[in-house]
Formats: sequence, C-alpha cells, structure tokens
Amino acid sequence: MDFLTLLQVLDTTIRLATPLLLACLAGLFSERAGIFDIGLEGKMLASAFLTAAVAAVTGSVLIGTLAGIGAALMLSGIHGLASITFRGNQLISGVAINFLAAGITVVIAQSWFGQGGRTPQLSGNARFESIDLPFVSEIRDIPVLGPIYAELISGHTLLVYVGLLMVPLTWWVLFRTRFGLRLRAVGENPAAVDTAGISVVGLRFAAVAICGLLTGLAGAYLSTGLQAGFVKDMTAGRGYIALAALIFAKWRPWYALGACLLFGFLQAIALRPDVIEGTLGFEVGVQLLDALPYILTVVILAGFVGRAIPPRAGGEPYVKER
Amino acid sequence: MQKMPQWADVVLIPLISLLLAALLSALVILAIGENPWSALKLMVDGSMGSTYAWGYTLYYATNFIFTGLAVAIAIHARLFNIGGEGQAMLGGLGVALIALYIPWPHWSIALLGGAVGAALFGAAWALIPAWLQAKRGSHIVITTIMFNFIAAALLNYLLIGALKPSGSMEPATGRFPEATHLPTFQDMFSTAETALFRGAPVNVSFFVALLACVAVWALIWRTRLGYEIRAFGQSESAAKYAGISPTRIIVVTMLISGGLAGMMAINNVMGEAERLVLNAVEGAGFIGIAVALMGRSHPFGVLLAALLFGFLYQGGAELALWTSIPRELIVVIQALVILFTGALDNMVRMPLEAMFLRLRPAPKPARKTEPAE
Repeated sequence: MDFLTLLQVLDTTIRLATPLLLACLAGLFSERAGIFDIGLEGKMLASAFLTAAVAAVTGSVLIGTLAGIGAALMLSGIHGLASITFRGNQLISGVAINFLAAGITVVIAQSWFGQGGRTPQLSGNARFESIDLPFVSEIRDIPVLGPIYAELISGHTLLVYVGLLMVPLTWWVLFRTRFGLRLRAVGENPAAVDTAGISVVGLRFAAVAICGLLTGLAGAYLSTGLQAGFVKDMTAGRGYIALAALIFAKWRPWYALGACLLFGFLQAIALRPDVIEGTLGFEVGVQLLDALPYILTVVILAGFVGRAIPPRAGGEPYVKER
Repeated sequence: MQKMPQWADVVLIPLISLLLAALLSALVILAIGENPWSALKLMVDGSMGSTYAWGYTLYYATNFIFTGLAVAIAIHARLFNIGGEGQAMLGGLGVALIALYIPWPHWSIALLGGAVGAALFGAAWALIPAWLQAKRGSHIVITTIMFNFIAAALLNYLLIGALKPSGSMEPATGRFPEATHLPTFQDMFSTAETALFRGAPVNVSFFVALLACVAVWALIWRTRLGYEIRAFGQSESAAKYAGISPTRIIVVTMLISGGLAGMMAINNVMGEAERLVLNAVEGAGFIGIAVALMGRSHPFGVLLAALLFGFLYQGGAELALWTSIPRELIVVIQALVILFTGALDNMVRMPLEAMFLRLRPAPKPARKTEPAE
C-alpha cells in the first residue's frame, strides 16, 4: 500500500467515523445519566431524513440540520417520556423508536416526494461544503506533512470538525463541570443525587436532550455530508455500531474517539478489498470486516480483554421514596 | 391484593394500547392524504376476504407465533431476547443444511428433521449470549443485538460462497429436493371441484406452531422447569435461595427461546421458499417482540397477537399494492404497538388503576409488585 492510498483510506476512515462518533457521544451522555439508549439508530435515521427533506425544500443545509435535530429531539422526548416519566422499560422504548423512525421516514418521504421513500438529490447550498483549512495550497508541496495536511486533515465538512471537537468538549463537560459530575452521579446513584436536592428527572431529561442533539447532528451528516440525500434505512446499523463503540470505549470520551476511528477504519477498508489483498497478501471476506465491530464488542463485553462495566443505575427507572 | 381485576390487566390494557396505536396510525394515514376507513376496509378485505388472503395471513402469523413465543418465554425469566432475528436466520441455515444434504424419504420425517435442525441451530446461536449473561454478566440485550449482525454477515458469507450452487449468480442455496416440500393448505384442504388457499404459502407448519403454543403453555405452567423459570423471573434472589441455579435457568431459557425462534425456518424456508435466500427472516424476529408484549407473554395471547400482526402484514401488502401508502406503514404500527404495550405501559396502566381504585371503596390495598415486563 503506497502513501497516497493509505491517506485515502484514512480520509475515508475519518468521514465514516464521524457519524459513529457523534452517535457514540450521544449515547455516552444518555447512558452516563442512567438511561440506556438503543434508539440511537432511529434518531439518526429520523434526523437524516428530515435534514435532507428540509434542505431539499429550502435549499439551505443549516435550516435542514435544525429540522433534523428537531426530529431527533422529538424521538428523544418520547424516550424520556417512556423511560423517565412513565418508568417504562428503556430497552423496549429504544426498540420502538428504531422501528418508528424506520417506518415513518419512508412513509413521509413517499408522501412528500413520491420517489420510493427517498428525498431528491441534494446539491449546492443544500449540502455541507467541504472546508479548506488555511494555508492548504502553500503546505501541500511539503513532502509527507503536506499531503497529510491537505488530504487527511483539511477538506472535510463542518460536521466532521464539530464531531472531533465534541470529544474534548464532552470530556470537559462530564469531568470538569458541576453539571457533568451530577450527570455521572445520576447514572451511578440517583438516590444520592436526589438527597442532595437536585432533580433526577431534570438531569436525566437534560442528558436525553443532549443525546437527541448529537444524534441529530450525526443524522444530518449522513444525509448531507456523507451522502447527498436520504435513502431508506441509510443508517444501516450505524446506531448499533455506535453503541458497540460506546461499550468498547467503556463509556469514556477519548476512548470513544479511538473506538469510532477503529470501526470507521474497518468500514473504510471494507470498501477497498484490493488494498487489503495487496497489503496482507490474501483475501479477507467483506463479511468478516462487517461483523468485526460486533465480534470485538462481544469479546469486550465478555470481559476477556478488560471488563466493560456500565454505569450502575443504567436501565433502572428512578422511583422517589415516599 | 391487586389494584385492578385480572381481566382489566389481561384484556383492557392491551386493547387500549392497540386502540391508541390504531388511532395514531389513522392520523398518519390521514396526514399523507389517504382515507383511514377505506384503508382499513382494504386491509380487512385483502387479509381475510378470501381463502387466498387467509392463506397469506396465516402464513405470516405462523412466523410470528414462533418468534413471539421465543420472546415470551424469555420474558418469563426476565430476559429480553432481541436476537430472534439472528436466531431465526441460523434456524434457516439449519433447515437448509438438513434438507439439502440428507436424503429424506417423506415430507413428514423431513419436517421432523427440519424442525430439530432449525431448533438446534437457533438454540446454538442463543447459547453464547446466554452463557455470557449467566457467567460473565454481559448484558443479554446488547449481545443478542450484536449476534443479529454477526448472523447476517455469516449468512451473507455462506450464501455467496459455500452454499451457492456453482453457476448460479443469485445469493441463495439450490432448491430443496422434492421429498422435503411441505404440503400447503391448498394441498390439504382443496377438493376436486373447489380449490381453496390457491397459491397461498400457508402450510402444515401452522399446526406445528399451534402445537408449540400448547407446549410452551404446558412448559411454563405445568412443569417444574417452568415454575423455576417464572420464579427466577419474579425474583432472582428468592430463586437462588430456593436452590434454583441462575446459570442453568438463563442458559436453558435462552436455548428454548432461540430454538423457538429458529423453528420459524420450517415455515418460511422449508414451507414457503423451499431454499434459503438472503434476508429470509424479513424482520419477523423483531415483530416477535411486539407480539410477545401485546400477548402479555401468554401463549394464547401470543397466538392472538400473531394473528393480528399476520393481518397487518398481509393487509399492509395489499395497501401498498392498491394505494400510495407504502408497506413501511406496518413498521410504524408495529413500533406504536411496541411503544404503547411495552414502554408506555404505565401511561395506560396508571389512570386505569386509579379508576378501578375509585370504583372500589375498599381499604387501601397494599402495593402490588410490578409484573414482568
């Protein structure tokens, strides 16, 4: 594999890792607050659809993204209502949200655009443009560093950089602010938080709302950054891979970045079977690469390579004592 | 003492949840500019108007009975098996291997062999998540989700590789031999002058599904193992104190659950397609979740809910054929049913309980323990 091919694969890795990363951080906020969320997939899908639909109609990707975030927040609201207010089963609620999004996006897309459950192709201002970082043309000619800067670091869309910046931001919010401390506490021991006079319900709803915001961005990136428009089931299991990455990262932001880059890399090389064969000297089944994130997660879950321990109060509705 | 009578818990709550889901679905149909009433009529006609329509409805229902029972029995042990989809895929693999590589003399023996193969493969796919839950505490929901994806990749790999007959371009196995073809309702019930169920895929495995309902009922409420499963589901610590091994219950329950999900393959793979194709399960494993929740994890309830979803599935196909309403509307209805009967159960339950308490001016009853979700 030559240098340029490597850069291309890594470039694809970053682009494919971005939706995983945003969704993974979304799940991180929710699960750290004790709300399991297997509905990441559904929220991404709903946002991907509404972003593309509104962007196609208005011609503005920013208005589209706001609408997409709104869609994801609405599903988050349902999840919060079911799992916080009515103390229902968070896993079942997540399953329901995934199906709701999978069905309703196609039904509405068919009704609005009549193109078999897809939105029109987006172009121009209806998509996120790639951003050239400063001095690209000057640095490009420097050997090694130049191509890395020009090909790999520069030239992505806005949401890629937002996703990368969300990692330190998430770390800072969770581990350096009072809100973050309380949020983590509510996922470990909600009774203690309640005793301290802080609203468990309020904190959990805040976490679920942040989760909605980030999955909204992830979905918007899928339909306007990675691809140009919405197609049926376009999340293709990314919400579950993000969930896997979250477990892989043991619910920590920086490790989440690593896990998402790893899973993004697996997706990227699955697109280039010629590169794999050229590098390893033998053929690796695409199916194996597809399944690898899930297999790795099961191994991690089994605790053979460092045990993954979820937040202690995760999945448990909080019942205030009377 | 209960807050409300048993019939309200078993009949009224699922019914209200269903009505809520139906109401919202009607609003969705209205919103996309179609008439909900004529849509309903079309669905009823298309799924129950003829023996042909019934043939499809019952075919889908057979799938959902198996996957619904699979989820239901796991719920009794308070395990949430989302892996029905993957287990049913592996069941299909089991059926395919048994039908293709063993020469069967007659369909009845082949059905028996196919059922055993499907159940074994489905159970094997549930074994690892079960063992990891029991021994390592890995959350069974997450592992079964992961195993769904691993199953899909595995089948993908086999169907474009080892199992594909040479010279074929399609990712599917070859056709099963004649002796393994199951009799359809058309073969069984048509007379010389009137053809019933013409061309519909419903077949003899519907009766196997009914038998499975009875068997699961007997297992849960009439055997020692069933008692242990329910005791474990109600309280793990109490079950442990009574000498019931949690590891054994988790593993055995998941094996039965996976086996039931796998047995769906005798209907869709052996009975209908008569070969193994890609994505043969078509989401039936997930519908099992809705069916089990709707049926309150009771085999009879599962049967009724499976028939309801069979009606929705076939009716939805008719809708997609004759109107501009896409088939995905069924997925929306399915999601709403899961949402209302599963996650928002308390939203329906709390006001009802308050109402029944007001109707009964008895001394304040003790808090009822939460029923298994």
